[in-house]
Amino acid sequence: MATGSFATSGADLELVGIQKRFPGFTAIEHLDLVIPAGSFFALLGPSGCGKTTTLRLVAGLEDPTRGSILIGGEDVTHRKPFQRPVNTVFQSYALFPHMTVLENVAFGLRRRKMAKPLELAQEALELVELEHLASRKPTQLSGGQQQRVALARAVVNRPALLLLDEPLGALDLKLRRQMQLELKSIQEEVGLTFLHVTHDQEEAMTMADTVAVMNKGRIEQLGAPEDLYELPHTAFVANFLGQSNLFTGPVLEATSHAIAVEVAGTRVLVPKARARKHSGEVTVGIRPEKLRLLTEAPPTTAGVNTLGPGTVTDVSFSGVSTQYQVDVPGADSVTVFAQNLDFGPVVTPGTEVWVSWKVDHGFGLEDSASEEAKFAPELDTATIAVQAKRDLAAELEVS
Amino acid sequence: MAFAAFATGTAKEQAPRRKSRIALLLLLPGILYMMLFFLVPLVSLVMTSLQAPVEFGDIGEYETAFRWENYVVAISTYGEHILRSFGYALMATIFALLFSYPLAYFIGVKARPWPLLQKLMLVMVIAPFFISFLLRTLAWKSLLSDEGFLVSSLKALSLMAPDAHFTGTGAAVVFGLTYNFIPFMTLPLYANLERLDTRLVEAGGDLYARPATTFFKVTVPLSMPGIVSGVLLTFIPAAGDYINASPQFLGGPSTAMIGNVIESNFLVTNNYPAAASLSIILMAVILVMVVVYIKRSGTEDLL
Ligand SMILES: Nc1ncnc2c1ncn2[C@@H]1O[C@H](COP(=O)(O)OP(=O)(O)OP(=O)(O)O)[C@@H](O)[C@H]1O
Ligand SMILES: [Mg+2]
Repeated sequence: MATGSFATSGADLELVGIQKRFPGFTAIEHLDLVIPAGSFFALLGPSGCGKTTTLRLVAGLEDPTRGSILIGGEDVTHRKPFQRPVNTVFQSYALFPHMTVLENVAFGLRRRKMAKPLELAQEALELVELEHLASRKPTQLSGGQQQRVALARAVVNRPALLLLDEPLGALDLKLRRQMQLELKSIQEEVGLTFLHVTHDQEEAMTMADTVAVMNKGRIEQLGAPEDLYELPHTAFVANFLGQSNLFTGPVLEATSHAIAVEVAGTRVLVPKARARKHSGEVTVGIRPEKLRLLTEAPPTTAGVNTLGPGTVTDVSFSGVSTQYQVDVPGADSVTVFAQNLDFGPVVTPGTEVWVSWKVDHGFGLEDSASEEAKFAPELDTATIAVQAKRDLAAELEVS
Repeated sequence: MAFAAFATGTAKEQAPRRKSRIALLLLLPGILYMMLFFLVPLVSLVMTSLQAPVEFGDIGEYETAFRWENYVVAISTYGEHILRSFGYALMATIFALLFSYPLAYFIGVKARPWPLLQKLMLVMVIAPFFISFLLRTLAWKSLLSDEGFLVSSLKALSLMAPDAHFTGTGAAVVFGLTYNFIPFMTLPLYANLERLDTRLVEAGGDLYARPATTFFKVTVPLSMPGIVSGVLLTFIPAAGDYINASPQFLGGPSTAMIGNVIESNFLVTNNYPAAASLSIILMAVILVMVVVYIKRSGTEDLL
């Protein structure tokens, strides 16, 4: 083979009807996904939802039980990993312990017979600020340094499609920001396609053009970060991506442009275009930062929803903002984020308050909050702990 | 305060000394054992190798001397046997490695999803140990003898000349050595490959390496400690072996190895100095080869 060359542009990725079953466990139910060439796509989801499995399927390290995978329009379902124009930054780094850092980074370049592999590898190490450790062995590096070597080893190949499995998880905030910028600039410079898996929703939202939220082996919702945040379709997305206040009630009336839902004895309006369901029991939601806290009953105004009166049960000050917990009879505890425009919190626990928000800011979900509370047995420990805590709190309230 | 600091200071100084005394105490049985069963015989062996025959004495009567010519005589007389020993041992080691690596790889890596199969295969590798080394070699002798099924069928098919033999040839000796030392090669390789991180093999494939390239660039270097210990455990005893090459087993008059020469000098011609000097030469050559080999393969940690 002659001297190889780098990909000159990204390739689009298409997953058609993918299903992946392990003996006794279905990791991916049914996955249809199109990632256009040159886009930065983030896959977000709780632990164990099948993110790594998805990447392994694309890289060819796992065979799908059903469905096909297309890269750049070509069906690669039955191609071996080394034949796919894909590189992976592994969650476990998978650095070769018997090679120096520099040789690790040059490995892919040598296999593709690139000219000057060591120089290119050295440049890639400079990109991740590790040029001074080029001659060390991976075991002599810290976790974060190893992660950056793994990043350099994949990025140096300039693949048409780069798979990143939590590539920045072990880095401190400052370095993480810096690497995010580096990644973004590499991606834009060559127009490569990035498929980025992360736990960090902020990272997903700041870096990606498109974010997909995955849950239990399915993609719940997919879209631009702002759309996903402002208009979640399911209770899972509403709570996984930021926080939400969700209220469930029957639809009282549906006009041509809005639906009215009864929540705690009050009519709450939601624009019809922002609601997924228009009849029966409907769950509506509002983001905590969109709520206003009022110490007096506001006059009824068109275009504003009001709940109350309720009692402030908890106030926690976090510098930039203050989080208030308001107990509204008939509705769950409502969370309000208020910017600290003045010094310190404005109200103290026990105060009687009303909350209000613009009708345009609300959203209606296609499922209900209670469905989300039903946890599959194989969820991660954090979720189980949260659930246990909620159960305990509920029990205490009853007694 | 000062007093407390002083107290801890002395305690710290004392600690290592007490520790080293305990270490010494723990090492004592080992040291005594080595003195008694390694150093003393070694010195006695060196002294024997330098002995001179008693003038006008009987056969087998020797007196303490410093006859270093014994070594010159041993090398000039038995140089051929020394070379043959290392040649046979080297071939047997290479064949054992070529046979054991795929086997160990299968048991340690490919069979991981089936632990029962792994255990069964390991038992099959070890099982021959339960039968005496001598019996197994004798069994092979009769299997490979001229009257045996294998040789007679090969002759019937004209694949072997009618007057050709298999037993008594160098090939039979190398075969016997290979067969007898395969478990010594397989077990260390298995112990190493069982811990092979397959994610690194996956990473190789992800970085455009073909399976063969990944094998030679990733798997083999990672299993180097297993290869080195297997090679040492096979090569060292094989070089000194005298069973397989003996005419009573698989060898013949032209296949004698250094072990056979030492045996006949010691037990038949009662030439103790020659036998002792040959033993020392064997030991020295093996030592040099092992050190060079370990240095070259970059696994000095084993030394
Ligand atoms: N080889 C396997 N055999 C059986 N089950 C597996 C296998 N690999 C993964 N799984 C299961 O598939 C599910 C998805 O795993 P996956 O590694 O894709 O999760 P993930 O989304 O990457 O999680 P995390 O964020 O913790 O890395 C998990 O429940 C896991 O237990
Ligand atoms: Mg994962």
